Amino acid sequence: MYPAQFDYRRAGSVDEALGLLQEHEDAKLMAGGHSLIPMMKLRLAQPPVVIDIGRLDELKGISEAGGGVRVGALTTHADIAASDILAASCPVLAEAAGHIGDAQVRNRGTIGGNIAHADPGSDLPPVLVLLGASVHLQSPSGARSVAAADFFQDLLMTDVGEDEILTHVDVPARNAGAGAAYLKFEHPASGYAVVGAAASVTVQHGRCTAAGLVVGGVGAVPTAVDVSSLIGADLSDDAIATAASGLDTEDPLGDIFASGDYRVHVGKVYGKRALAAARDRA
Amino acid sequence: MTVSIQLEVNGKPVQAEVEPRRLLVHFLREDLGLTGANIGCETSLCGACTILVDGSAVKSCTMLAAQADGAAVTTIEGLARNGELHPLQDGFWEKHGLQCGYCTPGMILSANYLLEQNPSPSDEEIREGLKGNICRCTGYHNIVEAVKYAAERMS
Ligand SMILES: Cc1cc2nc3c(=O)[nH]c(=O)nc-3n(C[C@H](O)[C@H](O)[C@H](O)COP(=O)(O)OP(=O)(O)OC[C@H]3O[C@@H](n4cnc5c(N)ncnc54)[C@H](O)[C@@H]3O)c2cc1C
Repeated sequence: MYPAQFDYRRAGSVDEALGLLQEHEDAKLMAGGHSLIPMMKLRLAQPPVVIDIGRLDELKGISEAGGGVRVGALTTHADIAASDILAASCPVLAEAAGHIGDAQVRNRGTIGGNIAHADPGSDLPPVLVLLGASVHLQSPSGARSVAAADFFQDLLMTDVGEDEILTHVDVPARNAGAGAAYLKFEHPASGYAVVGAAASVTVQHGRCTAAGLVVGGVGAVPTAVDVSSLIGADLSDDAIATAASGLDTEDPLGDIFASGDYRVHVGKVYGKRALAAARDRA
Repeated sequence: MTVSIQLEVNGKPVQAEVEPRRLLVHFLREDLGLTGANIGCETSLCGACTILVDGSAVKSCTMLAAQADGAAVTTIEGLARNGELHPLQDGFWEKHGLQCGYCTPGMILSANYLLEQNPSPSDEEIREGLKGNICRCTGYHNIVEAVKYAAERMS
C-alpha cells in the first residue's frame, strides 16, 4: 500500500513553508506524517504537493512562557510525555501524550499535527480545551491565536486556514491547589481513544473553587460538561457522579465498534473516574 | 519527480534518488535488499516494520524515504557485531521468543529502544514498551523473558 504520486518540498523555515503553501494550491503540510501518510496510503487524501515541515526546529520544544507553558507545534508526543517542565506545571498534558498510540507513534507524531488533524478519538484535544489553552497560527499576513475551545469546529475540521501554519500552543499557568487527570477507554487495536475524559478540580482551604470536565470521542469535537455543581460542594463520589452524568451531546458519534449511546455511557463513567482522580490529586 | 537522499544505514553511507511516495520500508527492502523490516499490516498498527531512526523506534511503513534524508537508520541486519549476536537476538533465541519470526525484527528493535531508555524495565514496562508490536503466534510471555534476559546481559 503506498500513496498516490505527489511532489515533495521540504521547508527550511516557517516563512518558506508559508510561501510554498501560497505557491501550491491544495498542498498539504506534513509534520510527523502519522495521520497524513495513513490517509494518503488509503487514498483518502491525495495532495498534489506535500510540504515537509518536520525539520523546522523553530517550532520544536517546550518552554516556560508568561507564567504558563509554550509547546511548539512540532514537539513530539514522546517529548511532551517526558518533559520536566510539563511534569512540574502541567502534568495532565504529559499524561495524555504518554497514552497516545504506542512508543513508535509517539516518536513521530506531533502536537500540532494531532490537533490540526482533529480526529475525534485524539487524546490531546479534550485536554487542551480543559486547560484553556490557546492555539497560535501564522499566515503571510500575520499571527493570531484562538482558544482551543473554538479551534475544533467539526469532525476533522479546525480553524486552521489554508494559508496558515500552526506554530505553537500556550497552556496557562494552573491554579494553586488544582489537580487534573486524563483517562481513556482505548480502542484495543488502534490505541486511539474510544472515549477520553480530561478533568480538573481545584481545592482551596478545603473547598472546591473550580472544576472542569471535557470528554473526547462522544461528539465530533471535545464536549465540555457543566460540572459547576461541584463548586462549593463536598466532592463526594456521589456529587462527582452526578456532575459527570450531565454529559450530553445532541448527535453522538457511533461506529461499528461503539454506538453513540454506548460512548455517552462510557463518557459518564470515565468522566466520573477522571474527576475523582483529579480530586485526589488536588 | 525524484528526491535525492543521503543517509546512513547500519553504519554505511547510502545515496539514492527516490520517488517522493517511496515509503522507507520499501526503500530498505527493495532498493537496499534489507528485508529484515517486515511489512505486516500496512496500517501502522502491527510494528513488524519497526526500525531505529536516529536511535528512536519508528514504524518504517509510515515514514517516507525522503523524510529519512540525513538520518542514521538501524535495521535488524545492523545489530550483530563482528558475527556476534546482539544480546536481544541471543535472548530471543535462548528464551524461545519466536516461532514464525515475522514480528521478531520489529520486536527486537522496539526492545532495543526501550532498553536504551530504561535499562532495567519491569515486566509491565516491557509490555508497555512493546505495545506497538503485535505477535500472532509465540505469545508475549517468552518475548518478555527474552527482553529481560537481554537487559541482564546488557547491564
Ligand atoms: C498506529 C497509530 C495509532 C495512533 N494512536 C493515537 C492515539 O491513541 N491517540 C491520538 O491522539 N493519536 C493517535 N494517533 C495519531 C497521532 O497522534 C498522529 O501523530 C497525529 O494525529 C498527527 O500528528 P503528525 O505530526 O503525525 O501530523 P501529520 O500526519 O503530519 O499531519 C496531520 C494533519 O495536520 C496538518 N498539520 C500538521 N502539522 C501542522 C501545522 N504545524 N500547521 C498546520 N497544519 C498542520 C497536516 O497538513 C495534516 O492535515 C495514532 C496514529 C497511528 C499511526
